[in-house]
Amino acid sequence: MTSHPNNPSNEPLLPILDQPSSRRTALKAAGAALGLAAFGKAVSPLMVIPENVSVDEFLQQHYKELTDDDKAKVFARLEAETKEDYGADVTISDPEAIPGVKFGYAINLSKCNGNGACMEACNKENNHHRGVDQSYIRVLEMSKGSMDMEQGSTTYDHTVPQDDKFYMPVQCQQCDNPPCVTVCPVEATWKEDDGIVVVDYNWCIGCRYCEAACPYHARRFNWEQPEIPAEEVNPDQGYLSNRVRPQGTMEKCHYCLHRTREGRAPACLEACPTGARVFGDMNDPDSDINYVLKNKRVFVLKEELGTQPSFFYFFD
Amino acid sequence: MSTTTPDAIASDAPEDLVRSYPRFIWWGLGEATNGGVGFYLWMFVLTAIALVGANAWAVQVADGMIVTNMTDHVSWGLYIANFTFFVGLAAGGVMMVIPAYLYDDEEMHKVVIFGEIVAIAAIIMCTLSVLVDLGRPDRFWHLLPYIGRVNFPVSMLTWDVLVLNGYLLINLHIVGYLLYMQFLGRRPNPKWYVPFVFLSIAWAISIHTVTAFLYCGLGGRPFWNTALLAPRFLASAFVSGPAFIILVMRILRVTTGYTAPVSAANTLIQIIRVSMTINLVMLASEIFTMFYTGGAHGASAHYLFFGLHGHHGLVPWMWTAIICNLIGTVFFFLPAALERGSIRIAACVLCIVGIWIEKGMGLIVPGFIPSTLHEIVEYTPSLTEWKVSAGIWAFGFMVLTVLLKMATAVFHSSGESAKPTA
Ligand code: SF4
Ligand code: SF4
Repeated sequence: MTSHPNNPSNEPLLPILDQPSSRRTALKAAGAALGLAAFGKAVSPLMVIPENVSVDEFLQQHYKELTDDDKAKVFARLEAETKEDYGADVTISDPEAIPGVKFGYAINLSKCNGNGACMEACNKENNHHRGVDQSYIRVLEMSKGSMDMEQGSTTYDHTVPQDDKFYMPVQCQQCDNPPCVTVCPVEATWKEDDGIVVVDYNWCIGCRYCEAACPYHARRFNWEQPEIPAEEVNPDQGYLSNRVRPQGTMEKCHYCLHRTREGRAPACLEACPTGARVFGDMNDPDSDINYVLKNKRVFVLKEELGTQPSFFYFFD
Repeated sequence: MSTTTPDAIASDAPEDLVRSYPRFIWWGLGEATNGGVGFYLWMFVLTAIALVGANAWAVQVADGMIVTNMTDHVSWGLYIANFTFFVGLAAGGVMMVIPAYLYDDEEMHKVVIFGEIVAIAAIIMCTLSVLVDLGRPDRFWHLLPYIGRVNFPVSMLTWDVLVLNGYLLINLHIVGYLLYMQFLGRRPNPKWYVPFVFLSIAWAISIHTVTAFLYCGLGGRPFWNTALLAPRFLASAFVSGPAFIILVMRILRVTTGYTAPVSAANTLIQIIRVSMTINLVMLASEIFTMFYTGGAHGASAHYLFFGLHGHHGLVPWMWTAIICNLIGTVFFFLPAALERGSIRIAACVLCIVGIWIEKGMGLIVPGFIPSTLHEIVEYTPSLTEWKVSAGIWAFGFMVLTVLLKMATAVFHSSGESAKPTA
């Protein structure tokens, strides 16, 4: 680089401010103007933000800070947006955790035959993006005689069940000590009183730290805006559960809380043709899940990590 | 700076000049944007690259992170890899400060400021690398204390945001104060910067430790879940930081004629020699535990070094890193490294590249492969990710150039030893 004269005694000290314009300052100003214009052009795709994100949405507070009034407004706005974007009439509800209830889920590995009906039901119930076979559930095909997931596969496409295999569905384990909640920098995800870990899709900043932290591959990110044909949109939606998630945010299995908190079964259980799935309130002595917990030998995945799942496995 | 005698400055001090701090900054910016053809060409190229990056990022925000090659399996990629490296660079920048202040190495005082300038630019690159990794950058304000809702003190990411910003402020203060005093021709008052210098030393260690905790605190990722991660981060930072500063000083000497004392660079090389050796010893012991025991901890390492079940996307990366690091280390131990020769430059470049891979792609990506359900989904950055990352590097270099020019301009104006070359 060549030298530049900057002897303070004869060089103007404030090159732009308060100085008669010289060739150099004029050039600098032109350069700065050009640079700014180019920058404006470069980031012009960002202009979709004001189109897609309304002021109300931008300023919306964390779920826990919303009053009932706020919620009513937010839900109405979301319903209108779904109508506009997907052409579907939906109702967004917000059923609260039932006091005293703690949900648990168990899978009978002797019965599960890997048919994948649960994954399909999950996809439909939860308004998942249709482009990919998205679902909160993954069914691992495992070799008999081994619990080593390393030997398992989720991408089998032969007929099921195979004689030398068994099948192990994995979804969110609704941990009592959930690493995903611990790591979230903005408290966008938390554990509800009935044991369900939820995400405020309107508060999540999309850092994907929770996805890195979850030991069960239970979290999914919205890499793009989900696409769902209008007639396939499930109109029965919960704010913290199956409403259509915005692009760039995290989502996960929520034990179908918009159903289960109203006494219905999770969609995956309802769809399971083998009856391998057992769901219910662990605090209720007469519930099916409690029967399983008391009478079967149940185990949890990756117990050594101390996540304390509310999701159990057993063999008959 | 602090060591220059008051009278030497006083004689040349621009007494009659406007003295307020904002005006000083304005003056510095004006000076920093003066230069020859080479300078303008350099800035033009950087601007162009930064604009390409800004454009790629804007498209990513509009279309979604789908334009990256990250997936639910490999949820962090090149951006976070770069972030990790930049944190090391920022922490390493402070390696100039330790000998200068803890051991009263007089010569080092003259170059300390350049280390802190490198740290400032690196932190800015860190922040940008995190920003471009967010799926919803429009919600960044959720991370701000009081306005948003931060998960403090539980989330390591919250800690990271706090310590990085704190580190930036500390370094801005030290650099700004020292340069301003120099500009005024006054002797800096130690009360106003020495405590901050010591703070910045402790803080530099904290930024890299917290960043390591970000990964090693995750029980579900055996590859990261090792107590050696934080010390390894520090050791490699204390190589890449000083190596980078040596390169910067070399460029300054060629372009502005500002010559750092020989002993300063030699101290840095001693630091690198020790740190690199420690780094390699720790790497070797990690490799031993991973391969000798096998199991889940070994699967990622296997994938990284030799490939796993027919997948070996990272193998060429990792061996490049190892070769760079080994040759770089050997070069640093040659007596020729103490001269201002090509061996020294080569050693710096090799170690920087080696550590960039080792701390970046070689650390972040294998943490996700195999996934927690032991599936293997590979990852190679998409063109968008390369563009955005290049844009961040270019912007960082622009910041670095402007700050360095401001600093040298102050030295010139106050009659410091620097002599402009023809
Ligand atoms: S399984 Fe994963 S997503 Fe579910 S609670 Fe545990 S850590 Fe969180
Ligand atoms: S992706 Fe969202 S929910 Fe997950 S840690 Fe980041 S902010 Fe929290």
